[in-house]
Amino acid sequence: MAPRQEMNKLPKGARTGFDEVALGYTWEQARAEAERCLQCRSPQCSKGCPVGVDIPAFLQAIVHGNIGRAYQILQDQNRLPAICGRVCPQETQCEGRCILAKKGEPVAVGALERYCADWARQHYNGTLNRADSGQAKAGQKAAVVGSGPAGLTAAADLAVAGLEVTLFEALHAAGGVLRYGIPEFRLPKDIVDYEIGQIRDLGVSIQPNYLIGKTLDIPDLFSQGYGAVFIGAGAGLPNFLGLEGENLNGVYSANEFLTRVNLMKAFRFPEYDTPIRVGKRVAVIGAGNVAMDAARTAVRLGASEVSIVYRRSRAEMPARLEEIVNAEEEGIRFQLLTNPLEVLGDENYQVQGLRCQRMQLGEPDGSGRRRPQPIPDSAFVLEVDTVVVAVGQGPNPILIRSNPNLQLDARGYIEVDPDTLMTNIPGVFAAGDIVTGAATVIAAMGEGRRAARSILEYLDCSS
Amino acid sequence: MNILRKEVLAQDIVRFAVAAPQVAAKAEPGHFVIVRHKEMGERIPLTIADFDAEAGTITLVCHGIGRSTREINELNEADAFLDVLGPLGEPYPVRHEGTVVCVSGGLGVAPMYPKAKALAAKGNKIIHLQGAQRKELLIMTQEMEAISEQSAYSTDDGSLGRRGFVTDLLREVLAGEDVDEVIAIGPLPMMAAAVDVAAEHGVSSVVSLNTLMVDGTGMCGGCRVTVDGQTKFCCVDGPAFDGSAVDFKEILKRQPFYRDMERKSLHRCRLEEVG
Repeated sequence: MAPRQEMNKLPKGARTGFDEVALGYTWEQARAEAERCLQCRSPQCSKGCPVGVDIPAFLQAIVHGNIGRAYQILQDQNRLPAICGRVCPQETQCEGRCILAKKGEPVAVGALERYCADWARQHYNGTLNRADSGQAKAGQKAAVVGSGPAGLTAAADLAVAGLEVTLFEALHAAGGVLRYGIPEFRLPKDIVDYEIGQIRDLGVSIQPNYLIGKTLDIPDLFSQGYGAVFIGAGAGLPNFLGLEGENLNGVYSANEFLTRVNLMKAFRFPEYDTPIRVGKRVAVIGAGNVAMDAARTAVRLGASEVSIVYRRSRAEMPARLEEIVNAEEEGIRFQLLTNPLEVLGDENYQVQGLRCQRMQLGEPDGSGRRRPQPIPDSAFVLEVDTVVVAVGQGPNPILIRSNPNLQLDARGYIEVDPDTLMTNIPGVFAAGDIVTGAATVIAAMGEGRRAARSILEYLDCSS
Repeated sequence: MNILRKEVLAQDIVRFAVAAPQVAAKAEPGHFVIVRHKEMGERIPLTIADFDAEAGTITLVCHGIGRSTREINELNEADAFLDVLGPLGEPYPVRHEGTVVCVSGGLGVAPMYPKAKALAAKGNKIIHLQGAQRKELLIMTQEMEAISEQSAYSTDDGSLGRRGFVTDLLREVLAGEDVDEVIAIGPLPMMAAAVDVAAEHGVSSVVSLNTLMVDGTGMCGGCRVTVDGQTKFCCVDGPAFDGSAVDFKEILKRQPFYRDMERKSLHRCRLEEVG
């Protein structure tokens, strides 16, 4: 068996700006990698894909040199292939189930997905979208709230079925976390623009600056003739740790830090008006993908020393291995088994340091991970001038507060019927982070697709 | 989002009437919007200083301080905002209180006006106190006088009304009147002082905070303030809070975080103007 093709990456020394780090495959690499697929008789890879892409078929098309066909196969199930090829955790999904994974080198499905989508973007310029046979009656309308991965997927599926779909977005640009959360060097925004444009071309009307719950409410949508409403409003208020000093100057939530840079383009200040202030030494609390994004962003904004501070050990870090490796390559330090205790500041409320203590792993806790316990007398001060808190977020508060009838679960997320994804309000469906809590782009897409199917049934226009 | 009317109220202070029917239809006193005037502009939170659901218009008052706000103030009638998002924030609960003293400082009269107007319509007696650095900066006085039973002014330089602070006027009113509530909106030190004066007289107070903000929709957490010892988010929990519970010292320290960067941006902006 030929070895797995490694994707070319921007050399470490060249990663000073916000250019994309992963460079994708050449045609030779793509063909060689696709040829590694054994075309299993009962392929497991597709079962690991939340949107059910026919992976062996698209790999086969690449082997045959028919990239257009490969892209079509991808598009049949996944409306955002260039995005997913970049940000999906393939190692726990399709690639994790690949028969070759048993020997440690699964087929690089993600890199090949990206290859096909990038090829199509450069060569086909948007002519590949299928116009499916519409089942909807003329004038049937559906409203989609939130234009992140769940909302985009639901909107596309509903539009393909022939519904008139309006996609309401609170911010000035569509994409949700793809827009404000994931940095340019991991997901270039022209790719986000392109794939959202594809969905717009399906007939989805995208309305920015509409905050549902404020500008319009759910009952307004029904009275405007929308037969069903899909809520994919995503995550909301960032979690903080409740540490002393967390409101000092120089403490950001990861949401704010990344939104300033990604949505508002603060990395191009003063060409863009929105500023961001990053000191020389930065601590990022947390070890998920968002934490890696924040740490790598801080380096690019000129910080000379950036540390990930995480209370468990490397094995428990929730970030993808690929992102951890990228962070290490870019000089991020890992303060593992380190628990932050207090943010220290000066008389001007400016961050001066992060007091931490060292931890050791004890018995497994409720999550099955070994519980970190403090090592006595191990407190020390990490000298930093900026702290980014990347420890997750709660559900978006606005839609929930303005709809007190909406039934919530014990954690405050929207409760849905597990089969139909309908909320307790008839005709209102929900999926994505506002139901599950923080998850992945592809998980939200899979649930958005399931909700769209239910909506079609609810509106009596499923095929 | 077209600008229907523009009026320069004072130096660097401009009032716009903007066509925004969706926002006007849902607007209540205390709401604000976030606007952007161009692709490279900042998201700027502006209070809804008045609204007319029937006409589909909202009134915004913008103080040109940073680069984006200065450029906004150069927009003219028939120009348009690129984005207007709202109405945002929790509306101010308009109840029958009895006698309400409205203490406005500087631009604070803009968020004050819709509250005072609604309170007056509910039958409250409005006592309007307004302060500014000098006479020319006392804006929207006619609008406030039209809904108030009593009005008094102060200026730092004595160019109109009492020379001194508006809180001096508040102290006098509270000494002589039975007051049910004080609303104080203006610069942070003024609000903090007004809250203290009200508390001295055993009167509850409400303030409206104007923190740093990015999305305004409860996502970024940049607008967090400490109220009653707990972190609150100005965009979704405010902007109005019980004055006596607000940690003003913290807000005062957080407010200037980007000031030197704003200066740098403005400097660049002027260089571009020069050519």
